Amino acid sequence: MHEQNSTSDHRPRAHWMSVLARATHAQLAAATAGLDLPAVEIIKPAECGTLMIEARAGGTGQRFNSGEATITRCVVRLEDRLGFAYALGRDKQKALLCATLDAVLQDPQRQAALLNQVVTPLHLASIERKAAASRKAAATKVEFFTLVRGDG
Amino acid sequence: MYVAVKGGEAAILATHDLIAETRRGDLAVPELGTDQIKEQMKLGVARVMNEGSLYDEDLAALALKQTQGDAVEAAFLMRAYRTTLPRFGSSTPLDTSEMAIRRRISAAFKDLPGGQILGPTYDYTHRLFDFTLAANGHIATAREASQPLVRTMPRVPDILGQQGLMEVEAAADNDPIPVDITRDPAEFPAGRDARLQMLARGDEGFLLGLAYSVQRGFGANHPFAGEIRMGEVGIHYTPEELGFEIDIGEITVTECQMINQFTGSKDVPPQFTRGYGLSFGHSERKTMSMAIIDRSLKSRDLDEGTDFPAQQEEFVLYHCDTIEASGFVEHLKLPHYVDFQGELELIRRIRREQEERTASAAAADAREASHVE
Repeated sequence: MHEQNSTSDHRPRAHWMSVLARATHAQLAAATAGLDLPAVEIIKPAECGTLMIEARAGGTGQRFNSGEATITRCVVRLEDRLGFAYALGRDKQKALLCATLDAVLQDPQRQAALLNQVVTPLHLASIERKAAASRKAAATKVEFFTLVRGDG
Repeated sequence: MYVAVKGGEAAILATHDLIAETRRGDLAVPELGTDQIKEQMKLGVARVMNEGSLYDEDLAALALKQTQGDAVEAAFLMRAYRTTLPRFGSSTPLDTSEMAIRRRISAAFKDLPGGQILGPTYDYTHRLFDFTLAANGHIATAREASQPLVRTMPRVPDILGQQGLMEVEAAADNDPIPVDITRDPAEFPAGRDARLQMLARGDEGFLLGLAYSVQRGFGANHPFAGEIRMGEVGIHYTPEELGFEIDIGEITVTECQMINQFTGSKDVPPQFTRGYGLSFGHSERKTMSMAIIDRSLKSRDLDEGTDFPAQQEEFVLYHCDTIEASGFVEHLKLPHYVDFQGELELIRRIRREQEERTASAAAADAREASHVE
């Protein structure tokens, strides 16, 4: 079993886990269509629960519980690697697919290809969706002007 | 007092069928899909998520469909469903300064870094009917600027805070785990954490009315909308079995920072004080009301007195919960036959005793009168 420890750099894995979690099941299915994903052993079947969403008073102050959100998790094993999925919402099929991809992505032999074929395109598409929403918001930005009165 | 009574099963089963048929309405009209509610009734969905205290747009849409659009009954479904789910943990506190902004305005500062972003709002509409919607008419396409907004924008109170004129909102050194009123009933006086949690799930109408009372003079503070922002915020969570923090998706939230006058006290120089509102989805009226009430509930700490309803935390917090309030008012519909029978007998006895007293007094008066003669 690969040990998780605080000294190793989790950023690449945290990145792909986030990209997968933020995609819809339909997007993931389309992105992985034609890929030969291995069968995985299910350690924890996809399960729905809640996550308490914390916030801070004033944005920066005392922590408080703002309410819960639904979340789905799933754990699978592929050879000696555990694949995890945690995603908002209640889509169990998506969680299983995310966990499977997480396990395969930890395989050095397959990682680069999967990042190129699945993770990066999903990430770029999500960036473009965000940018389009932001450009629409930017179109509603107020440009103030001052009326000059009299001949000055 | 409730007593188990047999009978009524057949009537209850029949009412289940009748409400289902009533909910469906005219079969000649196409049935409403929950995806349509989720996409096209977003503000209603947000209200159900807030008062149901559970972020899940699909479930909130289903709740609205199942309850024929009754937001309070829909929130009740959310609360009931929540209790069937295990709690996996708590998120890292939201960082709203990292919000992907779709709307952000300040009514206090005209020229703020990042600008005034009106976003999708009815604020500048004329409140005239658009009959083309009834006729499935033309949909405008949103305009796009050539560039997106700057990636992050400072929160307005943080800007003024740098000048020392604003009440500081900072976590205590040990940054304590917040009280959770869904696990431990609130105690009074309540901490700010418990107050904000209860307000966040509180009834929009109740909080709106109280906030209005504050503005009309029933609780002396004059709020400015320092900032209102709406957009998407990433949810970060560190699962124990994983051991590092991951982003698990994003939710839409609305945040309101109210800025209020404060004359200062013997310990604190005059400065602006703050009220905070945060809600799921796009829900400005709720968030603004929450921020005004958050501030008015600080009145005890600021030695402003607690003369007005909006300053009395037990009054506000015990009565703002949609589910508890509707449950207690609406339980009056349930059979109280034995209760009422008891009341009926009591009132008959009192009347009988009163009549007897009146009769005996009259008899005594009559005896007295005859004696005098």
